[in-house]
Amino acid sequence: MEVAKRADRKVSADTGAESSPRGPVCSLRHFACEQNLLSRPDGSASFLQGDTSVLAGVYGPAEVKVSKEIFNKATLEVILRPKIGLPGVAEKSRERLTRNTCEAVVLGALHPRTSITVVLQVVSDAGSLLACCLNAACMALVDAGVPMRALFCGVSCALDADGNLVLDPTTKQEKEARAVLTFALDSVEQKLLMSTTKGLYSDAELQQCLAAAQAASQHIFRFYRESLQRRYSKS
Amino acid sequence: MAAGFKTVEPLEYYRRFLKENCRPDGRELGEFRTTTVNIGSISTADGSALVKQGNTTVICGIKAEFAAPPLDAPDRGYVVPNVDLPPLCSSRFRTGPPGEEAQVTSQFIADVLENSQIIKKEDLCISPGKLAWVLYCDLICLDYDGNILDACTFALLAALKNVQLPEVTINEETALAEVNLKKKSYLNVRANPVATSFAVFDDTLLIVDPTGEEEHLSTGTLTIVMDEEGKLCCLHKPGGSGLTGAKLQDCMSRAVSRHKEVSRLLDEVIQSVTHK
Repeated sequence: MEVAKRADRKVSADTGAESSPRGPVCSLRHFACEQNLLSRPDGSASFLQGDTSVLAGVYGPAEVKVSKEIFNKATLEVILRPKIGLPGVAEKSRERLTRNTCEAVVLGALHPRTSITVVLQVVSDAGSLLACCLNAACMALVDAGVPMRALFCGVSCALDADGNLVLDPTTKQEKEARAVLTFALDSVEQKLLMSTTKGLYSDAELQQCLAAAQAASQHIFRFYRESLQRRYSKS
Repeated sequence: MAAGFKTVEPLEYYRRFLKENCRPDGRELGEFRTTTVNIGSISTADGSALVKQGNTTVICGIKAEFAAPPLDAPDRGYVVPNVDLPPLCSSRFRTGPPGEEAQVTSQFIADVLENSQIIKKEDLCISPGKLAWVLYCDLICLDYDGNILDACTFALLAALKNVQLPEVTINEETALAEVNLKKKSYLNVRANPVATSFAVFDDTLLIVDPTGEEEHLSTGTLTIVMDEEGKLCCLHKPGGSGLTGAKLQDCMSRAVSRHKEVSRLLDEVIQSVTHK
Protein backbone atom coordinates (compact mmCIF):
# COMPACT_ATOMS: atom_id res chain seq x y z
CA MET A 1 0.00 0.00 0.00
CA GLU A 2 1.49 3.26 -1.00
CA VAL A 3 0.55 6.42 0.72
CA ALA A 4 0.77 9.44 -1.49
CA LYS A 5 1.55 12.74 0.04
CA ARG A 6 -0.74 14.49 2.44
CA ALA A 7 -1.09 17.98 1.18
CA ASP A 8 -1.16 20.50 3.92
CA ARG A 9 -2.47 23.10 1.64
CA LYS A 10 -4.37 26.11 2.69
CA VAL A 11 -4.26 27.79 -0.66
CA SER A 12 -5.50 31.14 -1.74
CA ALA A 13 -7.32 31.27 -5.01
CA ASP A 14 -7.69 34.56 -6.82
CA THR A 15 -11.17 35.53 -7.82
CA GLY A 16 -10.27 36.01 -11.46
CA ALA A 17 -10.70 38.77 -13.97
CA GLU A 18 -13.97 40.33 -12.80
CA SER A 19 -13.28 43.39 -10.74
CA SER A 20 -15.86 42.91 -8.08
CA PRO A 21 -15.73 44.97 -4.89
CA ARG A 22 -16.78 41.86 -3.03
CA GLY A 23 -13.83 39.69 -4.11
CA PRO A 24 -12.57 38.05 -0.98
CA VAL A 25 -9.59 35.78 -0.54
CA CYS A 26 -10.97 32.29 -1.00
CA SER A 27 -9.32 29.20 0.29
CA LEU A 28 -9.65 25.51 -0.35
CA ARG A 29 -9.73 23.19 2.61
CA HIS A 30 -6.83 20.93 3.42
CA PHE A 31 -6.86 18.04 0.96
CA ALA A 32 -5.17 14.67 0.85
CA CYS A 33 -5.14 11.67 -1.42
CA GLU A 34 -4.14 8.05 -1.01
CA GLN A 35 -3.82 5.68 -3.95
CA ASN A 36 -3.73 1.93 -4.42
CA LEU A 37 -5.21 1.21 -1.01
CA LEU A 38 -7.63 -1.56 -2.08
CA SER A 39 -6.39 -4.91 -3.35
CA ARG A 40 -9.27 -6.10 -5.59
CA PRO A 41 -10.00 -3.14 -7.86
CA ASP A 42 -7.60 -2.35 -10.69
CA GLY A 43 -7.25 1.15 -9.31
CA SER A 44 -8.39 2.84 -6.15
CA ALA A 45 -8.07 6.18 -4.46
CA SER A 46 -9.29 7.93 -1.37
CA PHE A 47 -9.70 11.68 -1.57
CA LEU A 48 -10.12 13.91 1.46
CA GLN A 49 -11.25 17.52 1.34
CA GLY A 50 -11.40 18.91 4.85
CA ASP A 51 -13.72 16.40 6.55
CA THR A 52 -15.34 15.14 3.36
CA SER A 53 -13.93 11.80 2.29
CA VAL A 54 -14.75 9.60 -0.69
CA LEU A 55 -13.31 6.21 -1.59
CA ALA A 56 -13.19 5.27 -5.27
CA GLY A 57 -12.43 1.98 -6.96
CA VAL A 58 -12.04 1.37 -10.69
CA TYR A 59 -12.47 -1.96 -12.43
CA GLY A 60 -11.50 -2.02 -16.04
CA PRO A 61 -11.20 -2.43 -18.90
CA ALA A 62 -13.15 -5.60 -18.18
CA GLU A 63 -15.80 -7.89 -19.64
CA VAL A 64 -19.06 -6.20 -20.56
CA LYS A 65 -22.60 -7.57 -20.88
CA VAL A 66 -23.61 -7.99 -24.51
CA SER A 67 -26.66 -5.81 -23.94
CA LYS A 68 -24.50 -2.93 -22.74
CA GLU A 69 -21.57 -3.19 -25.11
CA ILE A 70 -20.74 -0.39 -27.52
CA PHE A 71 -18.99 -1.51 -30.69
CA ASN A 72 -16.42 1.27 -30.93
CA LYS A 73 -15.75 2.39 -27.38
CA ALA A 74 -15.69 1.35 -23.75
CA THR A 75 -18.88 1.39 -21.68
CA LEU A 76 -18.38 3.52 -18.61
CA GLU A 77 -20.43 2.87 -15.49
CA VAL A 78 -20.45 4.83 -12.27
CA ILE A 79 -21.95 3.54 -9.04
CA LEU A 80 -22.30 5.96 -6.13
CA ARG A 81 -23.14 4.61 -2.70
CA PRO A 82 -24.25 7.06 -0.02
CA LYS A 83 -22.94 6.73 3.50
CA ILE A 84 -26.32 5.75 4.96
CA GLY A 85 -29.51 4.51 3.40
CA LEU A 86 -30.23 3.11 -0.02
CA PRO A 87 -29.18 4.94 -3.15
CA GLY A 88 -32.01 7.12 -4.44
CA VAL A 89 -32.82 9.44 -7.31
CA ALA A 90 -30.29 12.05 -6.19
CA GLU A 91 -27.50 9.46 -6.34
CA LYS A 92 -28.63 8.43 -9.83
CA SER A 93 -28.38 12.05 -10.91
CA ARG A 94 -24.85 12.38 -9.48
CA GLU A 95 -23.83 9.10 -11.10
CA ARG A 96 -24.98 10.45 -14.45
CA LEU A 97 -22.98 13.67 -13.94
CA THR A 98 -19.80 11.78 -12.94
CA ARG A 99 -20.21 9.28 -15.74
CA ASN A 100 -20.59 11.90 -18.44
CA THR A 101 -17.58 13.80 -17.08
CA CYS A 102 -15.44 10.65 -17.15
CA GLU A 103 -16.68 9.76 -20.63
CA ALA A 104 -15.49 13.12 -21.91
CA VAL A 105 -11.91 12.46 -20.81
CA VAL A 106 -11.46 8.70 -20.94
CA LEU A 107 -10.14 7.44 -24.31
CA GLY A 108 -12.82 4.78 -24.65
CA ALA A 109 -11.98 4.20 -28.30
CA LEU A 110 -8.79 2.38 -27.26
CA HIS A 111 -10.80 -0.31 -25.50
CA PRO A 112 -13.93 -1.08 -27.52
CA ARG A 113 -16.49 -3.58 -26.25
CA THR A 114 -15.18 -3.43 -22.69
CA SER A 115 -16.53 -1.92 -19.52
CA ILE A 116 -14.88 0.48 -17.11
CA THR A 117 -16.68 0.65 -13.78
CA VAL A 118 -16.06 3.40 -11.23
CA VAL A 119 -17.45 2.69 -7.77
CA LEU A 120 -17.64 5.62 -5.33
CA GLN A 121 -18.34 5.15 -1.66
CA VAL A 122 -19.07 8.18 0.51
CA VAL A 123 -17.11 7.78 3.73
CA SER A 124 -17.99 11.11 5.28
CA ASP A 125 -19.87 14.13 4.00
CA ALA A 126 -18.95 17.57 5.26
CA GLY A 127 -19.78 19.69 2.21
CA SER A 128 -18.62 19.74 -1.45
CA LEU A 129 -19.45 16.06 -1.85
CA LEU A 130 -19.80 15.97 -5.62
CA ALA A 131 -16.48 17.78 -6.11
CA CYS A 132 -14.76 15.28 -3.82
CA CYS A 133 -16.35 12.37 -5.73
CA LEU A 134 -15.02 13.74 -9.02
CA ASN A 135 -11.51 14.15 -7.62
CA ALA A 136 -11.53 10.65 -6.16
CA ALA A 137 -12.79 9.21 -9.47
CA CYS A 138 -10.01 10.95 -11.39
CA MET A 139 -7.28 9.73 -9.04
CA ALA A 140 -8.66 6.20 -9.15
CA LEU A 141 -8.77 6.21 -12.96
CA VAL A 142 -5.13 7.34 -13.01
CA ASP A 143 -4.21 4.61 -10.53
CA ALA A 144 -5.91 2.00 -12.72
CA GLY A 145 -3.97 3.16 -15.75
CA VAL A 146 -7.05 3.92 -17.83
CA PRO A 147 -5.96 6.06 -20.80
CA MET A 148 -7.32 9.59 -20.55
CA ARG A 149 -6.94 12.68 -22.71
CA ALA A 150 -6.86 14.99 -19.68
CA LEU A 151 -7.28 14.96 -15.94
CA PHE A 152 -10.31 16.57 -14.38
CA CYS A 153 -11.11 18.00 -11.01
CA GLY A 154 -14.22 19.08 -9.18
CA VAL A 155 -14.55 22.47 -7.51
CA SER A 156 -17.50 23.70 -5.49
CA CYS A 157 -18.32 27.25 -4.62
CA ALA A 158 -21.05 28.83 -2.57
CA LEU A 159 -22.54 32.31 -2.87
CA ASP A 160 -23.91 33.72 0.32
CA ALA A 161 -26.66 36.29 0.67
CA ASP A 162 -24.22 39.22 0.27
CA GLY A 163 -22.70 37.83 -2.90
CA ASN A 164 -19.47 36.69 -1.27
CA LEU A 165 -17.82 33.70 -2.83
CA VAL A 166 -16.64 30.79 -0.73
CA LEU A 167 -14.70 28.00 -2.41
CA ASP A 168 -15.01 24.43 -1.16
CA PRO A 169 -17.87 25.16 1.27
CA THR A 170 -18.58 23.11 4.37
CA THR A 171 -22.05 21.69 5.06
CA LYS A 172 -22.93 24.70 7.19
CA GLN A 173 -21.81 27.16 4.52
CA GLU A 174 -23.77 25.26 1.87
CA LYS A 175 -26.94 25.38 3.94
CA GLU A 176 -26.68 29.11 4.57
CA ALA A 177 -25.68 29.93 1.01
CA ARG A 178 -28.00 31.45 -1.54
CA ALA A 179 -26.48 29.34 -4.30
CA VAL A 180 -24.04 26.44 -4.53
CA LEU A 181 -22.28 25.79 -7.84
CA THR A 182 -20.18 22.71 -8.60
CA PHE A 183 -17.95 22.58 -11.67
CA ALA A 184 -15.73 19.94 -13.23
CA LEU A 185 -12.79 21.41 -15.15
CA ASP A 186 -10.27 19.70 -17.38
CA SER A 187 -6.55 20.03 -16.91
CA VAL A 188 -5.54 21.01 -20.44
CA GLU A 189 -7.40 24.29 -20.92
CA GLN A 190 -9.56 24.54 -17.78
CA LYS A 191 -12.65 24.17 -19.95
CA LEU A 192 -15.96 23.54 -18.26
CA LEU A 193 -16.75 19.82 -18.45
CA MET A 194 -19.62 19.58 -16.03
CA SER A 195 -21.68 22.01 -14.06
CA THR A 196 -24.55 21.62 -11.64
CA THR A 197 -26.02 24.35 -9.55
CA LYS A 198 -28.44 24.93 -6.74
CA GLY A 199 -30.18 28.21 -5.96
CA LEU A 200 -30.61 31.51 -7.78
CA TYR A 201 -27.74 33.62 -9.08
CA SER A 202 -27.00 36.06 -11.88
CA ASP A 203 -24.90 35.66 -15.01
CA ALA A 204 -22.13 37.90 -13.66
CA GLU A 205 -21.91 35.82 -10.48
CA LEU A 206 -21.66 32.69 -12.60
CA GLN A 207 -18.67 34.10 -14.50
CA GLN A 208 -17.08 35.13 -11.22
CA CYS A 209 -17.50 31.64 -9.74
CA LEU A 210 -16.22 30.04 -12.91
CA ALA A 211 -13.09 32.19 -12.87
CA ALA A 212 -12.49 31.41 -9.20
CA ALA A 213 -13.01 27.71 -9.86
CA GLN A 214 -10.53 27.80 -12.74
CA ALA A 215 -7.92 29.40 -10.49
CA ALA A 216 -8.55 26.86 -7.73
CA SER A 217 -8.34 23.97 -10.19
CA GLN A 218 -4.73 24.93 -10.92
CA HIS A 219 -3.88 24.16 -7.31
CA ILE A 220 -5.68 20.84 -7.44
CA PHE A 221 -3.92 19.82 -10.63
CA ARG A 222 -0.59 20.78 -9.15
CA PHE A 223 -1.41 18.60 -6.16
CA TYR A 224 -2.28 15.66 -8.46
CA ARG A 225 1.05 16.05 -10.26
CA GLU A 226 3.06 16.29 -7.07
CA SER A 227 1.38 13.34 -5.41
CA LEU A 228 1.96 11.17 -8.45
CA GLN A 229 5.56 12.30 -8.74
CA ARG A 230 6.09 11.48 -5.08
CA ARG A 231 4.55 8.06 -5.52
CA TYR A 232 6.48 6.99 -8.60
CA SER A 233 9.79 8.45 -7.50
CA LYS A 234 9.85 6.19 -4.44
CA SER A 235 9.71 3.01 -6.55
CA MET B 1 -29.38 7.91 -51.71
CA ALA B 2 -29.33 10.42 -48.89
CA ALA B 3 -31.22 7.98 -46.69
CA GLY B 4 -28.54 5.36 -47.30
CA PHE B 5 -25.77 7.79 -46.44
CA LYS B 6 -27.63 8.83 -43.32
CA THR B 7 -27.87 5.24 -42.08
CA VAL B 8 -24.26 4.38 -42.75
CA GLU B 9 -22.57 7.61 -41.64
CA PRO B 10 -25.02 9.61 -39.51
CA LEU B 11 -22.36 11.91 -38.14
CA GLU B 12 -20.96 12.84 -41.55
CA TYR B 13 -24.49 13.37 -42.83
CA TYR B 14 -25.06 15.86 -40.02
CA ARG B 15 -21.75 17.58 -40.53
CA ARG B 16 -22.66 18.33 -44.14
CA PHE B 17 -25.69 20.26 -42.93
CA LEU B 18 -23.90 21.96 -40.06
CA LYS B 19 -21.28 23.29 -42.50
CA GLU B 20 -24.08 25.22 -44.20
CA ASN B 21 -25.26 26.44 -40.77
CA CYS B 22 -28.53 24.58 -40.87
CA ARG B 23 -30.00 21.25 -39.83
CA PRO B 24 -31.75 18.40 -41.68
CA ASP B 25 -35.18 19.56 -40.58
CA GLY B 26 -34.53 23.00 -42.07
CA ARG B 27 -33.96 24.88 -38.82
CA GLU B 28 -31.12 27.29 -38.16
CA LEU B 29 -28.65 26.46 -35.42
CA GLY B 30 -30.33 28.83 -32.98
CA GLU B 31 -33.93 28.10 -33.87
CA PHE B 32 -36.42 26.28 -31.69
CA ARG B 33 -39.05 23.87 -32.95
CA THR B 34 -42.67 25.00 -33.01
CA THR B 35 -43.94 24.97 -29.45
CA THR B 36 -47.61 24.54 -28.65
CA VAL B 37 -49.22 24.42 -25.23
CA ASN B 38 -52.70 23.39 -24.17
CA ILE B 39 -53.81 23.85 -20.57
CA GLY B 40 -56.68 22.52 -18.52
CA SER B 41 -57.32 19.51 -20.73
CA ILE B 42 -57.49 16.92 -17.94
CA SER B 43 -60.73 17.53 -16.05
CA THR B 44 -59.98 15.07 -13.26
CA ALA B 45 -56.74 16.80 -12.35
CA ASP B 46 -56.54 20.03 -10.39
CA GLY B 47 -54.23 21.49 -13.01
CA SER B 48 -52.87 20.17 -16.27
CA ALA B 49 -50.91 21.17 -19.33
CA LEU B 50 -49.83 19.52 -22.56
CA VAL B 51 -46.71 20.82 -24.28
CA LYS B 52 -45.55 19.88 -27.76
CA GLN B 53 -42.10 21.00 -28.86
CA GLY B 54 -41.77 19.68 -32.42
CA ASN B 55 -42.51 16.01 -31.90
CA THR B 56 -41.60 15.87 -28.22
CA THR B 57 -44.85 15.74 -26.25
CA VAL B 58 -45.10 15.98 -22.48
CA ILE B 59 -48.27 16.10 -20.43
CA CYS B 60 -48.31 17.30 -16.84
CA GLY B 61 -51.13 16.61 -14.41
CA ILE B 62 -51.24 18.01 -10.88
CA LYS B 63 -53.36 16.53 -8.12
CA ALA B 64 -53.70 18.16 -4.72
CA GLU B 65 -54.22 16.07 -1.64
CA PHE B 66 -54.10 16.54 2.10
CA ALA B 67 -51.16 15.56 4.25
CA ALA B 68 -49.67 16.30 7.63
CA PRO B 69 -46.87 18.85 7.31
CA PRO B 70 -43.31 17.67 8.04
CA LEU B 71 -42.32 17.73 11.69
CA ASP B 72 -39.30 19.95 11.15
CA ALA B 73 -41.27 22.50 9.11
CA PRO B 74 -44.87 22.52 10.37
CA ASP B 75 -45.86 25.52 8.25
CA ARG B 76 -44.97 24.02 4.89
CA GLY B 77 -46.68 21.83 2.33
CA TYR B 78 -45.09 19.54 -0.24
CA VAL B 79 -44.58 19.61 -4.00
CA VAL B 80 -43.71 16.15 -5.33
CA PRO B 81 -42.68 15.96 -8.99
CA ASN B 82 -42.33 12.72 -10.89
CA VAL B 83 -41.29 12.22 -14.48
CA ASP B 84 -42.37 9.05 -16.23
CA LEU B 85 -40.86 7.93 -19.52
CA PRO B 86 -43.08 5.01 -20.56
CA PRO B 87 -42.23 2.55 -23.35
CA LEU B 88 -44.86 4.40 -25.41
CA CYS B 89 -42.64 7.40 -26.00
CA SER B 90 -39.56 5.65 -27.32
CA SER B 91 -38.23 2.19 -28.04
CA ARG B 92 -35.29 2.75 -25.72
CA PHE B 93 -37.44 2.60 -22.58
CA ARG B 94 -38.78 -0.63 -21.14
CA THR B 95 -41.51 -1.38 -18.62
CA GLY B 96 -40.50 -1.77 -15.02
CA PRO B 97 -38.89 0.51 -12.46
CA PRO B 98 -37.93 3.99 -13.70
CA GLY B 99 -34.76 3.93 -15.72
CA GLU B 100 -31.85 6.29 -15.34
CA GLU B 101 -33.18 8.88 -17.77
CA ALA B 102 -36.49 9.17 -15.90
CA GLN B 103 -34.75 9.44 -12.54
CA VAL B 104 -32.32 12.08 -13.74
CA THR B 105 -35.16 14.12 -15.28
CA SER B 106 -37.23 13.81 -12.08
CA GLN B 107 -34.28 15.05 -10.06
CA PHE B 108 -33.77 17.92 -12.50
CA ILE B 109 -37.42 19.00 -12.19
CA ALA B 110 -37.24 18.73 -8.40
CA ASP B 111 -34.12 20.93 -8.44
CA VAL B 112 -35.79 23.52 -10.67
CA LEU B 113 -38.78 23.67 -8.32
CA GLU B 114 -36.49 24.05 -5.33
CA ASN B 115 -34.08 26.58 -6.83
CA SER B 116 -36.57 28.89 -8.50
CA GLN B 117 -38.90 28.96 -5.50
CA ILE B 118 -41.78 28.88 -7.97
CA ILE B 119 -44.23 27.92 -5.24
CA LYS B 120 -43.61 28.98 -1.68
CA LYS B 121 -44.25 25.91 0.39
CA GLU B 122 -45.67 28.13 3.12
CA ASP B 123 -48.55 28.98 0.76
CA LEU B 124 -49.55 25.33 0.77
CA CYS B 125 -50.10 25.17 4.50
CA ILE B 126 -53.72 25.11 5.66
CA SER B 127 -53.29 24.70 9.39
CA PRO B 128 -49.73 24.73 10.80
CA GLY B 129 -48.73 21.42 12.27
CA LYS B 130 -51.99 19.72 11.28
CA LEU B 131 -52.91 20.00 7.63
CA ALA B 132 -51.19 21.02 4.44
CA TRP B 133 -51.57 20.54 0.71
CA VAL B 134 -49.33 18.17 -1.15
CA LEU B 135 -49.15 18.74 -4.90
CA TYR B 136 -48.34 15.61 -6.85
CA CYS B 137 -46.97 16.72 -10.23
CA ASP B 138 -46.89 13.86 -12.70
CA LEU B 139 -45.14 14.48 -15.99
CA ILE B 140 -45.59 11.82 -18.62
CA CYS B 141 -43.77 11.88 -21.90
CA LEU B 142 -45.95 10.77 -24.77
CA ASP B 143 -43.39 11.15 -27.52
CA TYR B 144 -39.65 11.36 -27.00
CA ASP B 145 -37.86 13.30 -29.73
CA GLY B 146 -35.12 15.00 -27.77
CA ASN B 147 -35.03 17.96 -25.41
CA ILE B 148 -37.22 16.42 -22.76
CA LEU B 149 -35.97 18.83 -20.07
CA ASP B 150 -37.28 21.95 -21.80
CA ALA B 151 -40.66 20.40 -22.50
CA CYS B 152 -41.04 19.10 -18.93
CA THR B 153 -40.14 22.44 -17.36
CA PHE B 154 -42.58 24.27 -19.60
CA ALA B 155 -45.36 21.74 -18.95
CA LEU B 156 -44.83 21.99 -15.21
CA LEU B 157 -44.91 25.78 -15.26
CA ALA B 158 -48.07 25.87 -17.37
CA ALA B 159 -49.82 23.27 -15.21
CA LEU B 160 -48.91 25.07 -11.97
CA LYS B 161 -50.43 28.26 -13.37
CA ASN B 162 -53.57 26.29 -14.14
CA VAL B 163 -54.00 24.71 -10.70
CA GLN B 164 -57.04 25.81 -8.76
CA LEU B 165 -57.23 24.82 -5.11
CA PRO B 166 -60.55 24.80 -3.24
CA GLU B 167 -60.89 26.71 -0.02
CA VAL B 168 -60.41 24.62 3.10
CA THR B 169 -61.56 25.54 6.56
CA ILE B 170 -60.99 23.57 9.73
CA ASN B 171 -64.20 23.06 11.64
CA GLU B 172 -63.54 24.14 15.27
CA GLU B 173 -65.83 21.55 16.89
CA THR B 174 -65.11 18.42 14.92
CA ALA B 175 -61.50 19.34 14.00
CA LEU B 176 -62.19 18.05 10.50
CA ALA B 177 -61.39 19.83 7.29
CA GLU B 178 -64.27 21.21 5.28
CA VAL B 179 -63.64 21.62 1.60
CA ASN B 180 -65.60 24.23 -0.31
CA LEU B 181 -65.42 23.09 -3.93
CA LYS B 182 -67.36 26.09 -5.15
CA LYS B 183 -64.70 28.56 -4.06
CA LYS B 184 -61.45 27.92 -5.89
CA SER B 185 -58.37 30.08 -6.16
CA TYR B 186 -55.27 29.95 -8.32
CA LEU B 187 -51.86 29.18 -6.90
CA ASN B 188 -49.46 32.01 -6.29
CA VAL B 189 -46.79 31.24 -8.91
CA ARG B 190 -43.86 33.44 -8.00
CA ALA B 191 -41.37 32.69 -10.73
CA ASN B 192 -41.25 31.78 -14.38
CA PRO B 193 -38.36 29.38 -14.90
CA VAL B 194 -37.81 28.55 -18.57
CA ALA B 195 -35.32 25.93 -19.69
CA THR B 196 -33.19 26.19 -22.83
CA SER B 197 -31.20 23.16 -23.93
CA PHE B 198 -28.20 23.04 -26.23
CA ALA B 199 -26.27 20.17 -27.75
CA VAL B 200 -22.52 20.39 -28.35
CA PHE B 201 -21.21 18.95 -31.62
CA ASP B 202 -17.58 18.07 -32.27
CA ASP B 203 -16.52 20.05 -29.19
CA THR B 204 -17.19 23.38 -30.87
CA LEU B 205 -20.61 23.85 -32.39
CA LEU B 206 -23.63 24.61 -30.24
CA ILE B 207 -27.13 23.88 -31.49
CA VAL B 208 -30.33 24.77 -29.74
CA ASP B 209 -33.26 22.41 -29.05
CA PRO B 210 -31.73 19.12 -30.24
CA THR B 211 -33.99 16.41 -31.65
CA GLY B 212 -33.59 12.77 -30.58
CA GLU B 213 -31.09 11.98 -33.35
CA GLU B 214 -29.07 15.11 -32.69
CA GLU B 215 -28.85 14.28 -28.98
CA HIS B 216 -27.59 10.83 -29.85
CA LEU B 217 -24.84 12.20 -32.11
CA SER B 218 -23.84 15.08 -29.87
CA THR B 219 -20.75 15.08 -27.69
CA GLY B 220 -22.39 16.95 -24.84
CA THR B 221 -25.51 18.78 -23.71
CA LEU B 222 -26.17 21.93 -21.70
CA THR B 223 -29.40 23.14 -20.13
CA ILE B 224 -29.85 26.64 -18.75
CA VAL B 225 -32.91 27.43 -16.66
CA MET B 226 -33.53 31.13 -16.49
CA ASP B 227 -35.97 33.17 -14.49
CA GLU B 228 -37.00 36.77 -15.11
CA GLU B 229 -34.34 39.48 -15.01
CA GLY B 230 -31.72 37.04 -16.17
CA LYS B 231 -31.48 35.18 -12.88
CA LEU B 232 -30.26 31.63 -13.35
CA CYS B 233 -31.94 28.79 -11.53
CA CYS B 234 -29.90 25.99 -12.94
CA LEU B 235 -26.90 25.45 -15.19
CA HIS B 236 -27.04 21.77 -15.90
CA LYS B 237 -24.15 20.45 -17.90
CA PRO B 238 -23.81 16.73 -17.33
CA GLY B 239 -20.31 16.17 -18.67
CA GLY B 240 -19.48 16.06 -22.32
CA SER B 241 -17.05 18.27 -24.23
CA GLY B 242 -15.60 21.27 -22.54
CA LEU B 243 -16.99 24.78 -23.02
CA THR B 244 -15.20 28.09 -22.77
CA GLY B 245 -16.61 31.11 -20.95
CA ALA B 246 -17.33 32.90 -24.24
CA LYS B 247 -19.48 30.05 -25.57
CA LEU B 248 -21.35 30.06 -22.28
CA GLN B 249 -22.15 33.75 -22.75
CA ASP B 250 -23.69 33.04 -26.19
CA CYS B 251 -25.87 30.40 -24.59
CA MET B 252 -26.98 32.84 -21.91
CA SER B 253 -28.17 35.38 -24.46
CA ARG B 254 -30.10 32.72 -26.36
CA ALA B 255 -31.67 31.58 -23.08
CA VAL B 256 -32.80 35.14 -22.34
CA SER B 257 -34.55 35.44 -25.72
CA ARG B 258 -36.14 32.03 -25.30
CA HIS B 259 -37.46 33.07 -21.91
CA LYS B 260 -39.24 36.01 -23.53
CA GLU B 261 -40.75 33.80 -26.25
CA VAL B 262 -42.05 31.24 -23.77
CA SER B 263 -43.42 33.82 -21.32
CA ARG B 264 -45.34 35.51 -24.14
CA LEU B 265 -46.78 32.20 -25.32
CA LEU B 266 -47.81 31.20 -21.81
CA ASP B 267 -49.45 34.56 -21.11
CA GLU B 268 -51.45 34.30 -24.34
CA VAL B 269 -52.67 30.82 -23.46
CA ILE B 270 -53.63 31.75 -19.91
CA GLN B 271 -55.44 34.86 -21.16
CA SER B 272 -57.44 32.78 -23.62
CA VAL B 273 -58.45 30.29 -20.92
CA THR B 274 -59.57 32.88 -18.39
CA HIS B 275 -61.54 34.78 -21.05
CA LYS B 276 -63.68 31.72 -21.88
